Amino acid sequence: MWALLLIPFVGLLWVPFYNFLEPSLFGFPFFYWYQFAWIPITSLLIWLVYRSRAPDETQE
Amino acid sequence: MAAIDWVALWIFVFFFALVTVMGFLAARWKSGPVSEHLDEWGLGGRQFGVWITWFLIGGDFYTAYTVIAVPALVYAVGAYGFFALPYTIIVYPFVFAIMPMLWKVAHKNGYVTAADVVHGTYHSRGLELAVALTGMVATMPYIALQLIGMGVVIKAMGLAGDWPIIAAFIILALYTYSSGLRAPALIAFVKDIMIYIVVLVAVVIVPYKLGGYGAVFSAANDAFDAKGGATGIILKPGQYLAYATLALGSAFAAFMYPHTLTGVFASKSADTIRKNAILLPAYTLLLGLIALLGYMAHAAKLKLSSPNDAVPMLFQALFPSWFAGFAFAAIAIGALVPAAVMSIGAANLFTRNVWKSYINPDITHAGEAAVAKITSLVVKVGALAFTLFLPVQFALDLQLLGGLWILQTFPALVFGLFTRWFRAEGLLLGWVVGIGWGSWTAWSNGMKPLAGLTFGGDTYTFFVGLGALILNIVVAIIVTGIVRMVLPERTATARS
Repeated sequence: MWALLLIPFVGLLWVPFYNFLEPSLFGFPFFYWYQFAWIPITSLLIWLVYRSRAPDETQE
Repeated sequence: MAAIDWVALWIFVFFFALVTVMGFLAARWKSGPVSEHLDEWGLGGRQFGVWITWFLIGGDFYTAYTVIAVPALVYAVGAYGFFALPYTIIVYPFVFAIMPMLWKVAHKNGYVTAADVVHGTYHSRGLELAVALTGMVATMPYIALQLIGMGVVIKAMGLAGDWPIIAAFIILALYTYSSGLRAPALIAFVKDIMIYIVVLVAVVIVPYKLGGYGAVFSAANDAFDAKGGATGIILKPGQYLAYATLALGSAFAAFMYPHTLTGVFASKSADTIRKNAILLPAYTLLLGLIALLGYMAHAAKLKLSSPNDAVPMLFQALFPSWFAGFAFAAIAIGALVPAAVMSIGAANLFTRNVWKSYINPDITHAGEAAVAKITSLVVKVGALAFTLFLPVQFALDLQLLGGLWILQTFPALVFGLFTRWFRAEGLLLGWVVGIGWGSWTAWSNGMKPLAGLTFGGDTYTFFVGLGALILNIVVAIIVTGIVRMVLPERTATARS
């Protein structure tokens, strides 16, 4: 599960993957809404890892 | 100089007075003996739960300078300035994985600073001092920039001269002195709620007035087409590596700073930090929206004397005075929270890793608190003198170098959480080489954070700090390898 934490690094640091104007969304070019989309996705991925951790570790 | 905007000014003064009262009363909040122990003054009693930590780290990491400088950069160069967004996203998986481990080490041993952790791990006074000095030196210009951010909005209200900043800073210094970390933690609630209101209103109302987001982006596109050069609403292929390395390097550096680590160490549990790694990205959404204010300034066809005026001018042009005053108060109060936490972080370093290590090893807990309180005053006066007597560009250059320097403490602070293989000699020499090469390269490129390497005819431009970190790690590995061959066991004499 910890490997999920690496996904945002790949998604955001490989710039040629998202450096486009189209398709745009609500007037936002792809470059912008793609990066904004990673905010909730990253929170979700961290939450998934958090939830999967052994419960004894959480009692600290 | 514009005429004084009285409505904006009164709103501003009202909120400023409100947080001043809160700052002084904070000493009694979740009350502990503030002057008797550095844990109380410098870490708020190590008891902050999820929400307080969220407001505190959010208020302290996303600074007033950010609110001014990120839109300014986006206004000036476009997409490239947007690297702050990926930077403040990828920092959280890192925080989630590393910071709870660091918190546990600090909590178990009563450590207050990064340099405490490093000394506890490697038993090297030299490495401890290197980390402490880096933290203190990197923090000073950062505090100065908060003052510059505050100065921009004060100027926008039509007040001339240095006295408003001096007055604001004296007030800040006094309540930080008396209340310690509790003051910025309490004020952060007001500051962050104000900033959220301002930004959410701005990102709805401003595009509505300017014809929607499509119109905002196309106005910015036209402006960059006219301007030419390495600007535009998407990146030029030559900027890809610079964008990615700036985001990655900044993310690794962000939680090496004394002010962010102070927020981490002040939380009550490792789980508090984990939950915050999930919740703090809400601030990143805010930051991304703030960055877009730079494009809105193009769409509003503002004539700016400096890109730094983009945000204040936008609010003045598009909103009634009372809301502009509210926004300016939010930005100025936004400068107080990080400035307070930064001075506390620097004071903790001086007290624990310079005063206690070199001047008075037998200092009591109350003595530590007293030294730290005085140091926080000295640090703030230093930062004030910095902004009043040195050119603004000098503070900007030093802040940039500070980011590069603080990144060089990463191996000493983080590697020890995973392995005991490294030796202090290797890490110290790596730090020297990283800081030396990085500073030299940035300086010889005219204080730009980017350097170029040419392979087979193609030039690759990247963030100097990350290059210096790689060099730092390579040197640390080689020197540690050599030291381990010469001295296979850590000897008792090495544990000074």
